[in-house]
Amino acid sequence: MTTRGARTGATLDAVDERGAKAALIGYLPVGFPSLEGSIEAMVELVRSGADIVEVGMPYSDPGMDGPVIQHAAERGLANGVRTRDVFTAVSAVAEAGGTAVVMSYWNLVLQYGVEAFARDLDSAGGAGIITPDLIPDEADDWLAASDAHDLDRIFLAAPSSTPERIATIVESSRGFVYAASTMGVTGVRSEVDHHARDLVSRLKDAGAARACVGLGVSTGEQAAEVADYADGVIVGSALVRALENGGVAELAALTEQLAEGCA
Amino acid sequence: MTDLSQEQGPYFGPFGGRFIPEALIPALDEIEETWRKSQVDPAFTEELLELQRSYIGRPSLLTEATRFSAHCGGARVFLKREDLNHTGSHKINNALAQALLAKRMGKTRLIAETGAGQHGVATATAAALLDMECEVYMGEEDTARQALNVARMRLLGAKVNAVSNGTRTLKDAMNEAMRDWVANVARTHYVIGTVAGPHPFPAMVRSFQRVIGDEARGQILEAAGRLPDAVCACVGGGSNAMGIFAAFLADTEVRIYGFEAGGEGVETGRHAARFSGGRPGVLHGSATYILQDEDGQTRASHSISAGLDYPSVGPEHSYLHDTARVIYEPVVDEEAMEAVRLLSRTEGIIPAIESAHALAGAMRVGRELGPEALLLVNLSGRGDKDMTTAAKWFDYFDEGAVQV
Repeated sequence: MTTRGARTGATLDAVDERGAKAALIGYLPVGFPSLEGSIEAMVELVRSGADIVEVGMPYSDPGMDGPVIQHAAERGLANGVRTRDVFTAVSAVAEAGGTAVVMSYWNLVLQYGVEAFARDLDSAGGAGIITPDLIPDEADDWLAASDAHDLDRIFLAAPSSTPERIATIVESSRGFVYAASTMGVTGVRSEVDHHARDLVSRLKDAGAARACVGLGVSTGEQAAEVADYADGVIVGSALVRALENGGVAELAALTEQLAEGCA
Repeated sequence: MTDLSQEQGPYFGPFGGRFIPEALIPALDEIEETWRKSQVDPAFTEELLELQRSYIGRPSLLTEATRFSAHCGGARVFLKREDLNHTGSHKINNALAQALLAKRMGKTRLIAETGAGQHGVATATAAALLDMECEVYMGEEDTARQALNVARMRLLGAKVNAVSNGTRTLKDAMNEAMRDWVANVARTHYVIGTVAGPHPFPAMVRSFQRVIGDEARGQILEAAGRLPDAVCACVGGGSNAMGIFAAFLADTEVRIYGFEAGGEGVETGRHAARFSGGRPGVLHGSATYILQDEDGQTRASHSISAGLDYPSVGPEHSYLHDTARVIYEPVVDEEAMEAVRLLSRTEGIIPAIESAHALAGAMRVGRELGPEALLLVNLSGRGDKDMTTAAKWFDYFDEGAVQV
């Protein structure tokens, strides 16, 4: 077994050691605005200060995404993006010095073959997969494949998760736990923040080494607030919107601002 | 043989499960617990039975189709008349039961996805009856071809959202309903209208539709003195089919047929025949057969009937398919429309285009089994909603005529 790319645990620990409050984790979908354009944007994300890049795989039925990411995914699919393109993007991120995790709806991994996906992801230098619609209870194949290739398996926890479920999620996850407030919907800021803070502390109490928070963060100020209690700040829609509106330049500017908030 | 009708989920062989965001798991657990308790609670059973009797109009009739029989190889054909239910289809059986459960869970708001609009109308009806808020998601393509049902839902006080993303049909309506549910789960119950979605929906919806099969079994035994040789139903998500199948699964001598939408023909790629043209995968919360491309991206389905125009199918159907207990065959648009015409002309019953797929299938089965055969067909809904489609298909509108 060869481990070619950095794993998220090591990356998050390094962020901690350099004295930053939290890591910046940025999401961008493959194939938007084009395959080349998306890879260029992900590399720019790394250069502008993102520690981890969530390489999103567009899916025809993104039931957990809001309108911004839905729209980008539709464009990616219209551009003919294939599952295998995800590995090209992952390699580019790893070569640029970033840590890459794939975020994908489960059917795409399932159809590629869970073991084959794990093997190719490891070869490409990827760290693991964030699985928004796969709970540990349904993940036997993925648990085995991720063990075989020493990949991070990043399950989601929600404010509604019971203590029993939190325990299962923490135990099954490797790298970090993704603390989601409400998936796909950017909620009222103060309320979401309250939920997220509480969720992170519940995850930590349950033994999670690292918890990163994904919610409607769009500014450096908001990132700074979340960075106070989370190990990583996950930003998605705001980056996609920046890329759509102002190309790589606007994406870079927002990333720098967010990274400053996490510093 | 084990009695397949007792399957309780979460898995049906390798199918089913809960492929859904963690945020919804507690809600699914709560639904399952409330449903299980309600099953053994006489108060719930009484309330539901009373509504079935005095509001839905159950038991629904079993009608022998003596003239239509000539088109089924002379076989005796009995129709289970779910089209006579209040709101015009079997959907009310499930919607009303789930609305009662939602009340028990203290929810004040119902949401639903709908294709043909029958489930949306049923949910809007239940919400009106039980004084609940209601919001329905419907693909833009379907709001256009089922405009009357949109008006019905609005008249009943529901908010109808036309979903304009993706393929703008049932699957996208379901995605949108799921997004709403994640965001509003505290006070909202998502009334899934078919035996699909994450556990416990497939098993729970089947349990609420099983009344169709239980009644029909007793009725046909009384009318014909024996069990049918074949049971036929159309399969979109598959709730009317599971409802009638459930009562016959253990009767190994009864052949069971599910008819999917063959659209313009399975070979054209424009169809909704998951078992002829799909393969196992995960969509909308469960592992099941789906129409998908090589990568697993969902392929657009096609059918003249909005209610069958769905690229996935309830997981129990996938299990019944793989175990060969049920035979699934496609019926193309043309065959279904011919069955609409034939049943209307021979029996004076205008079926929903969805249900006409079961009728067209019964014509095939009857011709194969011959005049000694006894067929039970689930007539899951009435065709009033399909008049525009039918009038265009058969060219029944006078030139220049405008409906006002």
